Amino acid sequence: MKIFKLIYKNTLRHPLRTILTILGIAVAVFAFGIIRTIIDAWYAGVEASAQNRLVTRSAVSLVMPLPLSYREQISKLPGVLKVGNANWFGGIYKDPKNFFANFAVDENYLDMYPEFIVPADQREQYLKERNACVVGRKLAEKYGWKVGDRVQLIGTIFPGDWDFIIRGIYRGAEKGTDETAFLFRWDYLNERVREMSPDDADNVGWYMVQIAGNADAAAMSQQIDTLFKNSFAETLTETERAFQQSFVAMSGTIILAMRVISIVVIFIILLVLANTIAMSARERLSEYAVLKTLGFRPFHLIGLISGESMLIALLGFVVGMILMIFAVQGLGVFINENLGSFFPVFELKDQTIVMAFGAAILVAVVAALFPVWRAVKMKIADGLRQIG
Amino acid sequence: MKIPLSYSFRNLWTRRLTTILTMLGVALVVFVFVASLMLADGLKKTLVSTGLDENVIAIRRSSQTEVQSGVNREQANILRAAPEVETKPDGTPVVTNDMVVLISLPKRVSQQPSNVVIRGVSPLAMEMRPQVKLIEGGLWKTGTQEIIIGKSIQQRFEGCDLNGTMRFGSTDWKIVGVFDAGKTGFDSEVWGDADIIAPAFRRDGFSSVTMRLRPGADVEALKTRIESDPRLTVELKREKQYYADQSRTLALFINILGTLVSVVFSLGAMIGAMITMYAAVSNRTTEIGTLRALGFRRRSVLGAFLFEAILLSFLGGLMGVAASSLMQFVRISTTNWDTFAELAFHFNVTPGIILSGVAFAVVMGIVGGFLPAIRASRLKIVDALRSA
Repeated sequence: MKIFKLIYKNTLRHPLRTILTILGIAVAVFAFGIIRTIIDAWYAGVEASAQNRLVTRSAVSLVMPLPLSYREQISKLPGVLKVGNANWFGGIYKDPKNFFANFAVDENYLDMYPEFIVPADQREQYLKERNACVVGRKLAEKYGWKVGDRVQLIGTIFPGDWDFIIRGIYRGAEKGTDETAFLFRWDYLNERVREMSPDDADNVGWYMVQIAGNADAAAMSQQIDTLFKNSFAETLTETERAFQQSFVAMSGTIILAMRVISIVVIFIILLVLANTIAMSARERLSEYAVLKTLGFRPFHLIGLISGESMLIALLGFVVGMILMIFAVQGLGVFINENLGSFFPVFELKDQTIVMAFGAAILVAVVAALFPVWRAVKMKIADGLRQIG
Repeated sequence: MKIPLSYSFRNLWTRRLTTILTMLGVALVVFVFVASLMLADGLKKTLVSTGLDENVIAIRRSSQTEVQSGVNREQANILRAAPEVETKPDGTPVVTNDMVVLISLPKRVSQQPSNVVIRGVSPLAMEMRPQVKLIEGGLWKTGTQEIIIGKSIQQRFEGCDLNGTMRFGSTDWKIVGVFDAGKTGFDSEVWGDADIIAPAFRRDGFSSVTMRLRPGADVEALKTRIESDPRLTVELKREKQYYADQSRTLALFINILGTLVSVVFSLGAMIGAMITMYAAVSNRTTEIGTLRALGFRRRSVLGAFLFEAILLSFLGGLMGVAASSLMQFVRISTTNWDTFAELAFHFNVTPGIILSGVAFAVVMGIVGGFLPAIRASRLKIVDALRSA
């Protein structure tokens, strides 16, 4: 038990140094957590996707449309429960900076997304009106929209000004559900496109295919793609999860860079802590010699030095975590307001906390290695002769 | 009287382990800071150098990018007849009507699909974009299904080899040449004959019209005239500006992330420097007392310790800058969020970036070293001499 008291006393010998080290570790733990949370935000779409929904899009690329006639053909396949079609609209609200996802969806779409909760009366209204739209709760909050408000979007892909009336505001069923989307009726889009350029009418951006719970997603995907093989518009079908994953993969290099940075930050913790422990151990070499003379065994010294390292690392971890929990909330508000449409979900995961804890322990052990080795190897006489 | 600078050098040398650990901390921070600046700069530079000063580009109003834009033949003919447009001796306007589509291709290493720009161009395109140079094979023969590919495409995408074939738009295309477009966006594109590529995607018309203007032509007047012409639904931009705009979102993201990470990391490094300097002061209390007793002023002691801190971080900064300038040989390729297409670019180092990296390090040294230096200068001679 004596050794714990000794560790505690040692830690307090240079209070300023200890506090600075704890702060240094806290800052690094904090940075680690923030970066991990940003990476997680990227994958939020992947996590929120369902396994029983397939996405069928053009095999050429996402910007190529598919004919509307595919809808009938896909829904006839055994195992397909429902088919919905959608088009990316890419409209701008007032200024290009106000980016949010907006797309045209058909009447089946909301049924296929049970995680978008729209009150029944609002849903009914939406289905009655041509230019109605449904928006996510966070999006509505950001721009102060209420049910019944009129909103105009400027088309980028589909030219012109487009007027919508908000008939519903949806809420996410789960924490990870995107509450920043803007959905409006596909028939409204198609109708106006037909007026402007009849050749471009009846084009679908992608199909959402709901399959029976027990169906084999891979086999079903293959079946759909075979249906349109060698036609003008060949398709590529995959699960919604794989589809979302392919979006994330597009920014793979950026995510990789962030992962590297999150590891670099652990090295910074290591440098700060290793420096402090090495410094303290160096100053106390003569004390270690005295302890050895008194009959303390090497494992006592190991415990003494690595115990101090561990104590400082853990305190740093705790302070960093507290900082992080507040920051993620604060940053969450900021991100919601400014980048909400890029990162609909921004939350601290338990996994991140566990990883930061693991990193703190590892760093504490590594930082103590060299000082421990030096203290154990040291000859008593050399130690006593040493001047700090 | 001033304390000789060699005093500070020797002190750093005496505590090598601590010095190196602290320097490494500063170096890591500077590395991250400089690398992120280089990355954002490289992205901007790549896109800015894609455009030329003498060219202007017309795309459909508020469509933002060529992929979303559409300009029909009638409008293209009105545009090319503008008197400001440069003509060849035989009277042909120097104009290219481009048809741009995205197709998704698997990457060589990861097999992950990514979007590639297919650009159908007019016969004068190569002449109008002198930065595009054929390095292998030849040009496509007009009216054939032949294409040429950029060097970055050849290196990064599966099956993109000279004399190979690519399949898109229900057609097999023969790769007859490879071009080097230097560090520009064109290097990540596939080029062919617009009159063959457009019909393959069942497109009539073009995505953009790029015109070379006569020297001294009034761009603003041309822009006003074209944008108020009721027959035209296009907007006109200088080509340089058009491409520079496409770096907006990604460059902003890299800058914000890079700055945030550097600031947080620098807190860690400054704390590291502070710990080291405080230890240096407390270990040398007697020495400081001796210096004061010899007649050195408080100011000189302050200066010597501050100089030591600055020297420490300056050397760390140099290490960081040196390491990060190696990054300029690294090429990054990722999806540009503004165009949705894969773009290859380099880390780009400029004297300004190096300077700000070193300045950042020195600031960290000053902030980290100031308080310890103050403490050193405040020591009372008698106490200091007695402390040993």
